[in-house]
Amino acid sequence: MQIDLRTVSITPLRQTFNHIADRLGADKAASRYIEATMDVQANANFHYRPTWDPAHELHDTARTQLVMKDWYALKDPRQLYYGNYTQARARMQETAEADFMFVETRGLTERYDAATRRIALDFYLPLRHVAWGANMNGASMCAYGYGTAITQPCLYAGMDQLGVAQYLSRLGLLLGDQGDLEAAKHAWLESPVWQGLRRLVEDTWVMQDWFELFVAQNVALDGLLFGLAYKEVDAVLTDKAGPTVSMLTRFQAEWFEDAKKWVDAVIKVAAAESADNQALLSRWYTAWRDRAAGALRPVAAIALAQAGQGALERVTAALDARMSKAGLTV
Amino acid sequence: MDIKVNKKLGLKERYNLMTRDLAWTPTYQAFKDVYPYMQYEGIKIHDWDKFEDPFRMTMDAYWKYQAEKERKLYAIIDAFTQNNGHLGVTDARYINTLKLFLTGVSPLEYMAHRGFAHVGRAFPGAGPRVACLMQSLDEIRHAQTQIHSMSNYNKHYNGFQNWRHQHDRVWYLSVPKSFFDDAITAGPFEFMIAIGFAFEYVLTNLLFVPFISGAAYNGDMGAMAFGFSAQSDESRHMTLGLEIIKFILEQDPDNLPIVQHWIDKWFWRGYRVLTLVAMMMDYMLPKRVMSWKEAWEIYAEQNGGALFADLARYGVKAPAGLAQACKDKDHLSHQAWNVFYNYAAAAPFHTWAPSEADMKWLSEKYPDTFDKYYRPLWEHYAKEQKEGRRFYNTTLPMLCQTCQIPMFFTEPDDPTKVAYRESDYKGEKYHFCSDGCKNIFDHEPEKYIQSWLPVHQIYQGNCFCPDVDPSKPDFNPLAEVLRWYKITWGEDNLDYADSPDKKNFEQWRVQATGN
Repeated sequence: MQIDLRTVSITPLRQTFNHIADRLGADKAASRYIEATMDVQANANFHYRPTWDPAHELHDTARTQLVMKDWYALKDPRQLYYGNYTQARARMQETAEADFMFVETRGLTERYDAATRRIALDFYLPLRHVAWGANMNGASMCAYGYGTAITQPCLYAGMDQLGVAQYLSRLGLLLGDQGDLEAAKHAWLESPVWQGLRRLVEDTWVMQDWFELFVAQNVALDGLLFGLAYKEVDAVLTDKAGPTVSMLTRFQAEWFEDAKKWVDAVIKVAAAESADNQALLSRWYTAWRDRAAGALRPVAAIALAQAGQGALERVTAALDARMSKAGLTV
Repeated sequence: MDIKVNKKLGLKERYNLMTRDLAWTPTYQAFKDVYPYMQYEGIKIHDWDKFEDPFRMTMDAYWKYQAEKERKLYAIIDAFTQNNGHLGVTDARYINTLKLFLTGVSPLEYMAHRGFAHVGRAFPGAGPRVACLMQSLDEIRHAQTQIHSMSNYNKHYNGFQNWRHQHDRVWYLSVPKSFFDDAITAGPFEFMIAIGFAFEYVLTNLLFVPFISGAAYNGDMGAMAFGFSAQSDESRHMTLGLEIIKFILEQDPDNLPIVQHWIDKWFWRGYRVLTLVAMMMDYMLPKRVMSWKEAWEIYAEQNGGALFADLARYGVKAPAGLAQACKDKDHLSHQAWNVFYNYAAAAPFHTWAPSEADMKWLSEKYPDTFDKYYRPLWEHYAKEQKEGRRFYNTTLPMLCQTCQIPMFFTEPDDPTKVAYRESDYKGEKYHFCSDGCKNIFDHEPEKYIQSWLPVHQIYQGNCFCPDVDPSKPDFNPLAEVLRWYKITWGEDNLDYADSPDKKNFEQWRVQATGN
């Protein structure tokens, strides 16, 4: 049964903005994502060179070696603009909140196995600093990248990583206390097992090519780290002591599934653009994958001991499969 | 806040763990390589931890509150669209203020998003970094909600459809564009004083508020909704702007002269951009909120006066241009609207001469100046128009090298004499509309000689489509520039009285309200 409500119908003069119609190939209604994203960044007649980077225009395609005819080809398949981005994350935080609440009210952390608790704290808490590094890099890609299609989700990802750092901090306060956060920070700064990863994060902070940074951070480091931390380590801890920690890291696990869709789509389009891009991206990918895998080896051992190596090999194979599917030579 | 407060930890302590405690001083890379833009402006920061977080919001709370605001806002926008809300505005003249907003202001919101991402990356202090990055997120919200709010107007009225193209090209749009380009190409500290403090804190009430109040007064639920929804974001931004200037001033006494120069500069830069708002308030709103002069007295003279009295303890003085701006308040809007009336062929919105009723209001609001200086002008234009000679200026005006506004401002003490200032630099002469703009140039000539001045660019032949042939006998440079601007003659430009907007609006309103 259908009811037919009537409104006064007025024939519009046009369906969308002209730059959107040009992109769609016709004057037809455009989605909110498209109107809020395509060509939103200024691309012509900048008035002054940045005093902080006089070699470039304010927005300049030359800040990366990657070459795109149209930077707006790098669309986000999730079609996130601010409105549906915040609503999607609000739903995730609501679930996370419910999980934290459940763990807390049922006293699950008090009953949590002591040895596994130590492993969880030692492994997960220093990762809040890795997420902080990723937050800086997200800001950097947004600031110095080119075209709203790619810079917009880079900031979203950077702020998501700040959220990850905050959820990890809460995990620490629930499973342990402030002293555990302090100890984890000390380990991050001093303990030999974390220094390879810390060096890698600091090295990404000084990278000059923002798209290489995209590969280093969003593809290589996140690809291996989230697979390791929220699949491999998660599964082992769950086997040992039940799903408490799984519940407290659910946001990260769901976020990674979401971010992958975007990251893979970006790489796929960028690699398909030209043989040069494909070669460049493949070179960046293999170099940063190997560095990230090397830095994560001692970290994996914290939680998985000898099994860490096998876990890393599995997540590396999974990431290779993703990137291979996206068109890279791995 | 959604976070359950741990019994052992206070809110502030807990928030520290969620933000500042995440940061560390790099050791594998040099500090100056990780934060390369911290030295060259001469600002000295000794302890970033002294920055007081103006609001303590973690990401989960941010997502939750902002998503709720977005849900409500889009519900209103949808209802407004479905109900043909655009036909409920006072009069289609009002819609021209929205064209000015979308082409002139919304692109700046976007630039603010990128600018705050840049300074959020550049600052080593974790507190200000997080606050800046949240503002960067808010600013893309503002750009996008504005685009979405005006999307439905674009379907029914002319002048919205090429906002992206026009913002980067059309003569008067280089005024807001160069303003923001100037801020974002400056160093991170100057950006924070320019945008965070001077613009967000000192001038927001004179830009954002008049537009949104104008929307409310003129029945525009769509634009009103995004404005009201942005209010709580704006108050966070204002707080950040104030905290950052206090922080910089408290860090080192050597910072004061640098900051004072920026306050003088950015007050004047911002004030010049507000010229567009002044004419909007006095001439473009069918139902007016208050006069520009009244707004200036409340927000600049009273509120601004109180602010600078408060900042005096840091040694900060009121902006150098404030006295002149106060003198100008009786003239600004009239002179600006006169220029846009003149150049109505070259702008993608409509202008009109004020009606007799409008002029009565203007006389009351400007008893010392309107009847004496401006009424005769409008009466002359109206008479000409009535006799079929609507005046359209077809020459190109000289632009100020700094603010890029045509040189129409008069001398502060003589409203009958146009102000001209000039400077010589490396064998070239540069022209300015005021002492304020000349001082800004003289302080940083290497920056301002780069200005992309629309009139110069036209004369240099850079504002034509690639297929143009200037050797043709019927070559019409003005028409060709308009083609390059993507302004459709007779639809997007010229007088409101003859516009398709007026005709359509009246016809649709009859259709929607009659049988």
